[in-house]
Parts: sequence; structure tokens; C-alpha cells
Amino acid sequence: MKKKKGNGYAKYGYLFTLPFTIAYCIFSLYPTLYTAVIGFTDLKGIGKTDFHFLEHPFDNFVTILNSPTFQTAFKNTLMMWVLNFIPQILLALVLAAWFTDRRFKVPGAGAFKVMFYMPNIITAATVAILFNALFGYPMGPVNDLLTRFGILSAPYNFLVKKNIARGIIIFIQTWMWYGYTMIILTSGILGISPDIFEAAEVDGANGRQTFFYVTLPNIRTILLFTLVTSLIGGLNMFDIPFLFLIGGPDNATLTTNVFIRNQAFAGSYMYNRAAAASMIVFVVICAASAVLFYALRDREEEKLQKIIRKQEKEQRRKMRQQQAAGNR
Amino acid sequence: MKSDNHHYAAKTIVFIICVFLAVLSLFPFVIMIVNSTRSTTQIQQHAVSLIPSGYFMKNLNILLGKSFKPSVGFMNSLIVSVGATVLATYFSTLTAYGLVVYEWRLKRAYFSFIMAIMMIPTQLSLIGFYQMVYKIHMTNRLSMLILPAIASPSIVFFMRQYMIPALSMEIIQSARIDGAREFYIFNRIALPIMKPAIATQAIFCFVNSWNNLFTPLILLTAQQKYTLPIMISLLRGDIYKTEFGAVYMGLTMTALPLIIVYLALSKYIIAGVALGSVKG
Repeated sequence: MKKKKGNGYAKYGYLFTLPFTIAYCIFSLYPTLYTAVIGFTDLKGIGKTDFHFLEHPFDNFVTILNSPTFQTAFKNTLMMWVLNFIPQILLALVLAAWFTDRRFKVPGAGAFKVMFYMPNIITAATVAILFNALFGYPMGPVNDLLTRFGILSAPYNFLVKKNIARGIIIFIQTWMWYGYTMIILTSGILGISPDIFEAAEVDGANGRQTFFYVTLPNIRTILLFTLVTSLIGGLNMFDIPFLFLIGGPDNATLTTNVFIRNQAFAGSYMYNRAAAASMIVFVVICAASAVLFYALRDREEEKLQKIIRKQEKEQRRKMRQQQAAGNR
Repeated sequence: MKSDNHHYAAKTIVFIICVFLAVLSLFPFVIMIVNSTRSTTQIQQHAVSLIPSGYFMKNLNILLGKSFKPSVGFMNSLIVSVGATVLATYFSTLTAYGLVVYEWRLKRAYFSFIMAIMMIPTQLSLIGFYQMVYKIHMTNRLSMLILPAIASPSIVFFMRQYMIPALSMEIIQSARIDGAREFYIFNRIALPIMKPAIATQAIFCFVNSWNNLFTPLILLTAQQKYTLPIMISLLRGDIYKTEFGAVYMGLTMTALPLIIVYLALSKYIIAGVALGSVKG
């Protein structure tokens, strides 16, 4: 290690990380704890800030967990995430395998990447309202195309059908994110040592075998990373469902974050219930983060640390023994 | 040879699928842009057309005649995004520098802490955040959307990973021997070395901040403080219900600058996304 061990510089370590520490405490830690506290109180009503703790502290949590609307929102969120993640990761994997194939180059691969990723960069609010207009009834562009090509005999009101509304949101999410996932996976595949691929080629593996037995096992960390970040993003879905159909029709596209927003900043301004709902989602996400943290930890470094700690312990034990011998 | 034919067929299929996906990516935006130049009557007759019409200015006038003020939203979004990007990249680099260059007792614990909080989304503490900001009468202040950027754990993580191989301790040592103060070394020596990483992170930080809807929607209630995504949400309102041309116009005005900037910087953006995955 080339790092300096000097004692005089240690204070700069604390000093340089101090702005982060302060900003984190004020803008993240305190609000998180405050949200948790509000979950146990009677804080509701527009413009209210004072509160009392409830007689039965878990009342809000019980109410939220038993609320059919919250259950619907949670189920919707999870379902829309799962159904968008599966096609997204499959499409991204196939495209990444094509774009990194050593035997044939896809013509214009660079331009395709640019186009596939483009929807991701556009403001989600714009995308949501654009799709709302595209599926408009009776004369939105989609209806226009379908009737013009004779697929539908009359315009169809897509946006009042629960499953179609959900399906469109799933489509938008997939459409916005598969390009991103593809680039991540491509760079993961390019990071695999070429020697492994050459060895597979020498052994006579075909394209499919190489993909399943060489490529996939070597990018499992990145796959897991994609899975967990996508899950966390998916559980926080807000912009698209909120602006596409405001959670409708009949709560079919209501997500937990839209639910939280509606509880706290509309109707009777139930900050306490919204806070309780936030904390429930928070626990789910923390569990997911823990999985990622565990999976991505630096195994080599950890082993090294363990050995160092063991040696230190050994040394201390020896010193103590010597001291004890000296005392005797 | 048979396998060559097979090869050729596979290549064609791959290419066709890619073209289809590319069209799918572009088509909604093409319709949006073309329809922003067409009158509401034209759109009602045939909503899909690839031929622009002459109603650009008329749509613009209808749009701007109501509560949609894109220039206000644009300015506010610019202030928030530039502010947040500058703070996030500068302080994240500073924090990473503290974690890489110095040996201090809590260093390891601090880095583990950053990794642990990296994935926690800020939206979930929004109720507490709103209550805190409301109590100190700071709602409708753009600074409340900028200052939290000082603590951006994932950017710190990225900067640390980039800094460990890029920054050599020898340079820092020789600067110290020349009598340079620690803070000076960071600003004059470390920051320039970190420029490529800062540029990459700046793009994504800017885009994220620019596109953010949830937090501004909760904090900003005064129209003159609205950021662009909140302005966009007004297009969904009843006042534009029958003005299709104007709605497409509004969407185009918010999306077109992003598309142009994206196409201009696409090389760096795609490379940046790829770089972000090589974490850990």
C-alpha cells in the first residue's frame, strides 16, 4: 500500500468528509428519522406541524397494512415492476450478446445503442403525458394507425381498461430502461477476459454454449446489481403512473409512491399515514439493499482484513502473556 | 457453404430487430414533433402524419396564452440542476479525496456507511423532509432542492473507485514538500486529475435533477417557482383538454432541447453509463 500512515494528516480525513456528513444528517438522516416518528403520531391536516404520539403507537401501520388501497398499490407496483423487468432484462441480454459477438459485428451498432438509450434521457413527465396523448380516444395516434390499417374497425378507448392501462405503463417502463440495462450488460461482457472466450472457442463451444456457460456466469454480479437497482427504482415508481392516468382507472395503475403522495398532499393531508406507508416501503428496500451490499462486498479485501485482525489479536495476546510473565 | 448462408440469415434477422427497436424508440417523438406543427383539427382527422404543417406559431400562441410558462420552468430547472450538479460533483470529489488520501480511524466504517446508504431512495423520507422545510418556512425555495446534493453517496462511491488508480500519492507528497496546503493540493492537483470522472457524473447528475418531479412537486407551490417537470404536468390539466396541437407543442418544447443535447453528447453519455456499471 502506498498510502501515508502519518498521524498529522488524519484530521483532514474528517475535515474533508465533514460537508457530506453535515448535509447527509440535515437533508437525509433527520428527515428519515422524522418520517419514522411521524408514523407514530396523529399529524394530519393541511399546514399542521405539531403532533402527539398515538395511544396505540402502531395504529397507522396497522391501518395502512389493512388498507385495501395500499394493498392494491403495493401489488400494482410489484406486478408492474416484475412484468417490466423480465422483458427488459431478456431483451437487454440478447442485445448485449449480439453487440459483443466476436464472430459477427452488427452494422451500425453504435447508432442503435444511441437510439435504444434515448427514451431514458427524456423527462419521465413528458413521456407520461406523451403516451397519454398517443393512446387518446377517439382520435389518438395509436387509434388512428390501428383503424387506418384495418386492425380495429372502430377506435378503442384503451385508457379506461385496467389491464391495458397497466400494460401501457409496463411497456413505457421497459421501453425507457432496456437500453440502459443493455449498455450496462454490454460493458460487463466486454469486461470479461478475452482469454476465457478464446479457450471456449478452442474447445469448440458454439455461440449458445458460450453465452450460457461463459458469458452468463461471468456477469452474475452485474446482473444482480441491475436486478436490485431496478427493484428499488421500480418500488419508487412515481412520475409515469402519476402523470399517465393519476393512478387510474379505478386505482389500476396506483403505485405506492402515488398512494403516499395522495395520502399526504391531497384529501385530508394524512401525513402520519403517508409516513407509515413510506416506512413500510423503506423496510422492504433496506432488505433489498442489504442483499446487494452483501453480494457486492469486496471478498479479497475482507479476507485480508480478517487475516490482519487475527494477527493483531495474536500479537496482543503475546504481549499480554509477556506482561504477565514480567509481572510474575 | 451452408454455415455461411445460415450466418447471413442470422445477421439479417438481428439487423431487422434492431431497426424495429430503433423505430420504436424514435416514433413517439417523431409524432410529437410533427403534431406540434399541426392544427387540432388536422390532428383530430388523422393523428399520425409524417408531414409537418404550418401551425407552429399558432400552437405556440395557444400554449403560451395559458398558465404554461416554459421560460419560467426552464430558468428554475436550470438554477436547480446547475446548482445541484456543481455541489454534488465538488463535494463528492472532496469526500472521496478524504477517503482515499488520508488514514483516519473511522475511514473504513465511513466508506461502509456510504455503501449502505447509497441505495436508499430519498423519496421515502419526503414526508419528514417536507415537514422540516415547512417548519422553517423554506418551501418554495429552490435552495432546498440544491443543497441536499452535497451528500450524494453514489457519486462519492464512483469518485473513490476512479480516484484510487488515478491519483498517485507521490504527486501529493511532492506538493507537500513544496509547502502546499492540503486544501490547495485538492483544488489545484486532485480536481484536474479527476476531470473525466467529474464530467461523466456531472452529465447524469444534471439529467437526474432536470427530470426530477416528485420532490419539487411537493415543495414548490408557487407558480413562479415551478421547475420544468411541474410545468409539464400542467399540460395534463383541463385547460388543454381540447387543444391537442398545443399539448404536443408543450411536450416538444420540453423534450427537443434534451434530445438535441443528448445526440450531441451521446458518445460521452453512453460511455458514462457503461462506466457506471464497472463498480466494485
